[in-house]
Amino acid sequence: MLVGTRKGAFILTSDGTRTDWEVAGPHFGGWEMYHLKGSPALADRIYASQSTGWFGQLIQRSDDGGATWEPVGNEFRYEGVPGTHQWYDGTPHPWEFARVWHLEPSATDPDTLYAGVEDAALFKSDDGGAKWQELPALRSHGSGPFWQPGAGGMCLHTIVIDPRDANRLYVAISAAGVFRSDDGGESWRPINRGLHSEGIPDPDAEVGHCVHRIALHPSRPEVLFMQKHWDVMRSDDAGESWHEISGDLPTDFGFVIDVHAHEPDTIYVVPIKSDSEHYPPEGKLRVYRSRTGGDEWEPLTNGLPQSNCYVNVLRDAMAVDSLDPCGVYFGTTGGQVYASPDGGDTWAPIVRDLPAVLSVEVQTLP
Amino acid sequence: MIRVVLPPHLRTLAHTDREVRLDVDEPVTQRTVLDALERRYPVLRGTIRDHETRERRAFVRFFACEDDLSHESPDAPLPPAVVAGTEPFFVIGAMAGG
Repeated sequence: MLVGTRKGAFILTSDGTRTDWEVAGPHFGGWEMYHLKGSPALADRIYASQSTGWFGQLIQRSDDGGATWEPVGNEFRYEGVPGTHQWYDGTPHPWEFARVWHLEPSATDPDTLYAGVEDAALFKSDDGGAKWQELPALRSHGSGPFWQPGAGGMCLHTIVIDPRDANRLYVAISAAGVFRSDDGGESWRPINRGLHSEGIPDPDAEVGHCVHRIALHPSRPEVLFMQKHWDVMRSDDAGESWHEISGDLPTDFGFVIDVHAHEPDTIYVVPIKSDSEHYPPEGKLRVYRSRTGGDEWEPLTNGLPQSNCYVNVLRDAMAVDSLDPCGVYFGTTGGQVYASPDGGDTWAPIVRDLPAVLSVEVQTLP
Repeated sequence: MIRVVLPPHLRTLAHTDREVRLDVDEPVTQRTVLDALERRYPVLRGTIRDHETRERRAFVRFFACEDDLSHESPDAPLPPAVVAGTEPFFVIGAMAGG
């Protein structure tokens, strides 16, 4: 498990039982590690986003499973004249690079990967991270001037590559919404029909929605699941339209959403009380699971704190493994990383006292 | 020989000790010292100055001879004691950062 935190990265390792874990780190102690992700095409190749407010952005690459690291390219230059987006108060504000939120390696080529950055844009590298090129059509397709920052900044935080067609890309931006490309990033369009957000002048607008996370199951890539600022949503047509599946959740605010590795209709969320109260309702840390693709949810509590728990689970901080039964993992802003080796039925903390967890990714190694 | 003291995070990145020594041709300015530093340690490109504008990052400060030189022109000559190598040029992470 690759864990990014506010003050370093940690690598947690276990065998298939997923009961005893070895914790290595911190790597890059003192740096904000927004995201680490391994290449599906080369298990020992890991990419990491390393940044601080002092010294800016670096990208690190490991070719030995995280034992050693090499800094690669860190120049993220917007194409052309960057233009403006909306500031918090609705006034125009120039695009300014802040950091890389998410790295998404190609499924087939270990040297190809995408980076989602703040202020929102998508970059691509074809040489293992040495050089980065923006895919500028995303920002310039027309709606960019109307994007605005969410509370965490105006970030492109989610990149999903269709497992059946690598030219179909989905990205999610706070607060703009979801965008799809069917030509490898050469052109883009917003796909937010059905989203309803009361924090924007037109609640049904084409852009402006604070989408927190999207996920899909590889066997059924036209079905997308979304945790929006408020509302859990689903699309059955590759994002052309969305409908709400919040159902009987105690609150439909939250950040993470993920799909079971072997059951495409089994999905997980962690409800958070509200947009200003970023902690679980009633002080009970509960993962909610739907086995019906949404609407009907069950709380998963066995092994999770059920009193006085006021942590948050950030958008990139949940992952599943590909073992059977499926393992589910998440990290909290309180520094706990929880693991369930049985699809969510039981949970146990692997570690309790890391810095605030920003991201969790899992590699299932042979 | 110009002496440059780096903050801990940048020492780690560049695999250096606290202080590095650089040959810098005249004129010795912030710009020529940082250019020489980045030539020796390419990993530091973008960490002290912006890649594109070459301006000092907001949370980085430059001190020397007990003075704050952060807002001096990057092309202004550095103090004679820095040029002579008797005093170091400090690259500092601002107190407010991190």
